Amino acid sequence: MSWEAVIGIEVHVELMTASKMFCGCAVEFGGEPNTRVCPTCLGLPGALPVTNRAAIESIMSIGLALGCEVSERSVFHRKNYFYADLPKNYQISQFDVPVCHDGHLDIEVDGETRRIGIERAHMEEDTGKSTHLGVGGRIQAAEGTLLDFNRSGVPLVEIVSRPDIRSATEARVYAQELRSVIAELGVSDVRLEEGSIRFDANVSIRPGEAEAYGTKVEIKNMNSFRSLERAVEYEIRRQTELVESGGVVVQETRHWDEEAGVTHSMRAKEGSSDYRYFTEPDLVPMVMSPEWVAQVGDRLPELPARRRARYLSQGLDVGAAGALSNLDGRLRAIYDEAVLAGAPAKAAANWLTGEVVGWLRKSGIAPEQLILGGHDLAELVSMVDGGAISSSAAKDVLDGVLSGEGSPREVAERRDLLQLSDTGALEAAVEQVLAANPKARDDLLAGEEKALGFLVGQVMKATQGRADPRAVNRILRDRVSS
Amino acid sequence: MIASSLSEAGRLLRAGDTTASALLEEALEAASRTEAQLHAFLTIDTEGAREMAGQADADLADGIDRGPLHGIPVALKDNMCTRGVETTAASQVLAGYIPPYDATVVSRLRSGGAVIMGKTNLDEFAMGSSTENSAYGTTYNPWDLSRVPGGSSGGSAAAVAAGSSLLAFGSDTGGSIRQPASLCGVVGMKPTYGTVSRYGLIAFASSLDQIGPFTRTVEDSALALSSIWGYDPLDSTSYPGAYPDPTAALDRGGDGLRIGVVTELSGEGFEPAVEAATADMVARLEKTGVEVIEVSLPTFEIALSAYYLIAPAEASSNLARFDGIRYGLRVDGSTTEELMARTRAEGFGPEVTRRILLGTYSLSAGYYDAFYGQAQRVRAAIQEDFARAYSQVDALVSPTSPTVAFEAGARTSDPLAMYLSDICNIPANLAGHPAISVPIGLDEAGLPIGFQVMAPALGEETMYRLAAEVERQAAFSLSPRALGAVS
Repeated sequence: MSWEAVIGIEVHVELMTASKMFCGCAVEFGGEPNTRVCPTCLGLPGALPVTNRAAIESIMSIGLALGCEVSERSVFHRKNYFYADLPKNYQISQFDVPVCHDGHLDIEVDGETRRIGIERAHMEEDTGKSTHLGVGGRIQAAEGTLLDFNRSGVPLVEIVSRPDIRSATEARVYAQELRSVIAELGVSDVRLEEGSIRFDANVSIRPGEAEAYGTKVEIKNMNSFRSLERAVEYEIRRQTELVESGGVVVQETRHWDEEAGVTHSMRAKEGSSDYRYFTEPDLVPMVMSPEWVAQVGDRLPELPARRRARYLSQGLDVGAAGALSNLDGRLRAIYDEAVLAGAPAKAAANWLTGEVVGWLRKSGIAPEQLILGGHDLAELVSMVDGGAISSSAAKDVLDGVLSGEGSPREVAERRDLLQLSDTGALEAAVEQVLAANPKARDDLLAGEEKALGFLVGQVMKATQGRADPRAVNRILRDRVSS
Repeated sequence: MIASSLSEAGRLLRAGDTTASALLEEALEAASRTEAQLHAFLTIDTEGAREMAGQADADLADGIDRGPLHGIPVALKDNMCTRGVETTAASQVLAGYIPPYDATVVSRLRSGGAVIMGKTNLDEFAMGSSTENSAYGTTYNPWDLSRVPGGSSGGSAAAVAAGSSLLAFGSDTGGSIRQPASLCGVVGMKPTYGTVSRYGLIAFASSLDQIGPFTRTVEDSALALSSIWGYDPLDSTSYPGAYPDPTAALDRGGDGLRIGVVTELSGEGFEPAVEAATADMVARLEKTGVEVIEVSLPTFEIALSAYYLIAPAEASSNLARFDGIRYGLRVDGSTTEELMARTRAEGFGPEVTRRILLGTYSLSAGYYDAFYGQAQRVRAAIQEDFARAYSQVDALVSPTSPTVAFEAGARTSDPLAMYLSDICNIPANLAGHPAISVPIGLDEAGLPIGFQVMAPALGEETMYRLAAEVERQAAFSLSPRALGAVS
């Protein structure tokens, strides 16, 4: 029997606003524990929250980027539960009126576009951080717990997909695409390792497309795209094997164990947990006027999907478009300028994703410090195409340009990399080589192609590689046919 | 006594006939004489207050006048955070808690030159109507020491009645300023919701809580309110628009006003002396040119039920933070959950526990709609009832409390009887409207009776105008009999 997996993904994104969601404390990662705290984010008696407008603009831009509706009026709710790193023992979150709802994200898997529905994106606050002392850092064996509230109250956006994902690969691609959209918006630093973007997956299986959804299991603790994919894959297999051997999937939360490559049951739940949501009485409803939404919409940057489509229309293939799209904004700007200056899109993209990225990695220089203009790249490409320099010399030229030695032409001249394009000089070199290799000359005249390659090689050798092989080729062929 | 009101004290101060320090010493002396019997205060900050009084005198000498509260000794209900001074909300769970910041009201009092002399007793977390629910002992009524002062702001009401302070602040969630003001024979006022910042007020029910003044006169009340209210960016529910002037119409009299006597706030449960005094006052007002009609607000009958779902629901969440993890009492346990559970079990008194349970229940899945949801619908209906009434009248009047001060212990074993103490007060909280209690006389046992004036949101000018006329008609003696030495 074949089973269909049904997957929904919940993503938490920490926003990098200047201050926290409901107080003036700074938002930063790490630092001396409990140094970025105040009465509000510590939940001291009497302290009150005040909504951070910049965070609301950030979630609006996320929602708009995902094609969501932005609610005209939205309210905060309290989600009540006791936990030591939740200072008020309730989280200010949203319940039935999220800021954004009903959007979608298109992903490409195996050359096919799949549209994944977005149910909602809502605003909430992050909790503090517990560090359990003693064996293994697990709460059960802890000798004590340290609490750091620097993260408490950091703005958090939760993005909930519809259960439209059908495979572990789709789950990974969805997460990657969502991360690149948010990175593009510049509202979060989306670092998986620092937890500024976190993924949970809801996984269930059913006998076929037409059937009702099976019991879902929530899996947590995936800290890379790879582990998300592995965990979902594992969970689909576990549920399939369980059901096929006559077992029943129970609704629960499972913890992904990266090392063992398995999920463990954390707690049976959801059905039984009751957060006693009610409207946060310390805050008034938010009003997102159409004018405000439009303003935020106007400021949206070009998003990855649209950008890739544009690259495809410029003649790049899917792989090149994807690779270029993932580059730093400064590199993409160089591409746009180069194309505008007349460079063929493919060549410009190849240079950037290949040589330029390699050079940056080697030199350790940040993209924004690059001294390469789009016109430089266009000139380089046209010099190669026009035979002024060889492809291998072009790499040296690029190095010179990136090192600040001048424009590609200046570098080529200064480093003596220009190809011999003087036909007279080339013809003389060809004559010399033909004279020195009579057997090859005869073979060539007899129409043997192999001899042509050999003779070109000899001419290149004689000119220390500065001859344009295409010109040499042409001259040799002319000799044969004349 | 140097002055019988803060406005009089202010005049004497500015005329150089007294000093802030002298006013403070007199208040401290009155407190030291009466505290053993009354127990109005939880903390008296003698040293801090003397410093503030000295500063107030120095400022006046330098020609710096910070306004109506400059140099006036003030007492604060102990649920308002005072930087560096213990703040407990009368709960064990906050024993020894010293806030690192001032409530907005406290900052405004400081910048207004007031002399904060101490923190007054209350029902734990402001939950109660008699100040018997304090973890630190009961406060008694200055008019009869066997009786309660009302609550939950009983300490503030008793302090002003006893003369140990010319001004005190309380908080009113469901009558907690007006009812004790009535029982102690002083003026107590709850402002329009959102006009006085709640920042730094230890929350009981956030959508209802409001800070307001206890004073000896209506004029003092208006002056005190003007000194503390106004938009506060730290409180998101703070009203950002234009504010009325509470003092503008104090002298205009009632002539031309139209008032409604609330039908539902009379009859069963109301003491005859209270009803008689109320009717007498209405008749007097009519003689001064006030037009009087009877108004029925049927939803008032179910206001109490709605209140006892909404307020505990919010409280159950507001009080969740008292868990022994970060501050206050901690009772250790072998797990975090046990530590929290033990801390809360030992830290909260029975009434607070009852309301947390009630509130948790009414918010629970499966019950939410029938309880909390339904209560919110009733709240909306009450607001509509009020709107209908205020389309006909400028203000509504009623007794403040169905009864005069009751005997200590009389209602402690009967929560429902205790809850009924606030039946006249709760509708204004649910609607967010201003209301004031003005003393109008004594019953045959010599216990004070209060008269309540309610007005629509931001109707403080009219409310004070009518309250001032009520005060003139009452010619009420300000001296509690049980503490004869005070006056």
